[in-house]
Amino acid sequence: MLKRVHFPRSALPYLLVAPQILITLVFFIWPASQAVYQSFLIEDAFGLSTEFVWFENFELLVDDEQYLQSFGRTIFFSAAVALLSMSAALVLAGFADRVVRGATAYRTLMIWPYAVAPVLAGALWVFMFNPTLGIFPFLLDMVGIDWNHYLNGTHAMMLVIFAAAWKQIAYNFLFYLAAMQSIPRSLIEAAAIDGAGPVRRFVDHIFPLISPTTFFLLVINAVYAFFDTFGIIHAVTQGGPANSTTILVYKVFNDGFVGLDLGGSAAQSVILMVLVIAMTVVQFRFIERKVEY
Amino acid sequence: MASITLKDLVKAYGDTEVLHHVEGEISDGEFIVVVGPSGCGKSTLLRMVAGLETVTSGTICIGDKVVNQLEPADRDIAMVFQNYALYPHMSVRENMAYGLKIRKISKDEIARRVEEAADILELRPYLERKPRQLSGGQRQRVAMGRAIVRNPQVFLFDEPLSNLDAKLRVQMRLEIRKLQQRLGVTSIYVTHDQVEAMTLGDRLMVLNGGYVEQFGTPIELYDRPATTFVAGFIGSPAMNFLPATVSAGMATLGNGARLANAGAANGAVTLGIRPEHLLQDDAGPVRVTVELVEQLGANSLLHGKLEGTDIEMVVSQPGHMSAAAGTVMGFVPANGALHLFHAETGKRIEP
Repeated sequence: MLKRVHFPRSALPYLLVAPQILITLVFFIWPASQAVYQSFLIEDAFGLSTEFVWFENFELLVDDEQYLQSFGRTIFFSAAVALLSMSAALVLAGFADRVVRGATAYRTLMIWPYAVAPVLAGALWVFMFNPTLGIFPFLLDMVGIDWNHYLNGTHAMMLVIFAAAWKQIAYNFLFYLAAMQSIPRSLIEAAAIDGAGPVRRFVDHIFPLISPTTFFLLVINAVYAFFDTFGIIHAVTQGGPANSTTILVYKVFNDGFVGLDLGGSAAQSVILMVLVIAMTVVQFRFIERKVEY
Repeated sequence: MASITLKDLVKAYGDTEVLHHVEGEISDGEFIVVVGPSGCGKSTLLRMVAGLETVTSGTICIGDKVVNQLEPADRDIAMVFQNYALYPHMSVRENMAYGLKIRKISKDEIARRVEEAADILELRPYLERKPRQLSGGQRQRVAMGRAIVRNPQVFLFDEPLSNLDAKLRVQMRLEIRKLQQRLGVTSIYVTHDQVEAMTLGDRLMVLNGGYVEQFGTPIELYDRPATTFVAGFIGSPAMNFLPATVSAGMATLGNGARLANAGAANGAVTLGIRPEHLLQDDAGPVRVTVELVEQLGANSLLHGKLEGTDIEMVVSQPGHMSAAAGTVMGFVPANGALHLFHAETGKRIEP
């Protein structure tokens, strides 16, 4: 057994970890505990009095038809964003992996969208799809589609999905490309000699071998779609029309700062917090097990 | 089964030519070993035959078909890679069956062929395992199995034994040779190990710096090396090289010693004598100052310098032998054991 005297006491280690602990305390633990505390309170509309109500805010949420709809909408939105951005990134990375000339330039260009702020990304898509000014409604009109995401909830949902997925493609692309390039070349050559064409090699070897990356990205993309798409939605649709793009994070903002139901909003954010913790746990527990080659 | 013809084959990356006008005829069923130091272009040559590298100029024929423009899949070849390149996510059975599955061969036929190959290679008990659950030697055999089941016209081996330990390497070397003789498939085998080359090949192609130095049977290369490079590369321990001048059949070494039977050459030459062709003779003209003796049991290796010079020499003597450092011993070259090379070009001068 090691005795304490082996390690002379010193303030240095505590000082070294202090900045990290301080940042975590100020920017995470404190706001999070405030949110938990607030979720137990109901405030009157003028903010003059508050009442401690335990779980009443959560009970209200569970019975709230709109909240449950928003929940379902969020899951659909996340799944669509993850699927779209990951499959697009996979195809692009598959091509980039085969590029020999100008590979660096090509890769650099592919990464740019990731540097665009969410609100700006949203603004770009709003302009491109503006029913009166945008280029895409003009083109869609030619094939008989009357695009208007201000009035049509389905259109609005499609637009935020595109915008959110587009922004995430760059990130997914980077991971997929790195994964593909870590596959030994000789393995792909062996498959070529065995008679597999490029598509066959992709389906039979590359895709199975990068499955750990796919799983990792699935979690990352789900978390992204759940929590980091607020800016895009705020810029593109403000949750409308008729709440058709109000996903959970947007509803937290809307109910809290527009509807001024601080307790209910806090309860929603606590639920979101539990979700993100659960996803992170899943990611850490399964990802290392999945890597099996 | 097929012959392979390499005609005026050139490979260049940009302006750098790495293979210079390689010529070679390989007949049906022959086992050819391409040997040379690392970076000599031997793997590039093999990969060109496989179709993994483009041909800059010249032609490669398999059978009577020019295959320059064919995809690897269409050349009817199988290749064993240095790192085996097994598919890590597939079982041994799936690894071996993969090429057949792509060729849309019936399930029963695939199972039959895989099991036949597994029997030959003693892989039966491991068919359902993944490559990572196998030892190095077993993986090597799976890679061989994957080549065999396809029943190709040509086998290509890219240093397949270099990842194995010494004992296993000797054992697998024999197995590869037996297998090739049994199947009679034309094979090209790349290695940097001259012992492997000598034991495996029907014929050896010695490459150096992208040039073919010599292409012949192991014994031809040993008995009549075409250049000093081949002479130094083939045979272990390596041949001794002594600068000498020749006139009227007598060679004079740097220290003034004179050797008879030096052939028809004239002027400055490089004299080559294999360590095992020096016979002890106290009055012999080749006098060596001993520095160290390595006792190997069956023979003894005597390291030293040619008396009065700085030229390193190795002499191999049968049986046990000991000599103190500093002793001078005399040797005489065995009959016909002198090799003469042009002093500048290094080309062999026939006696």
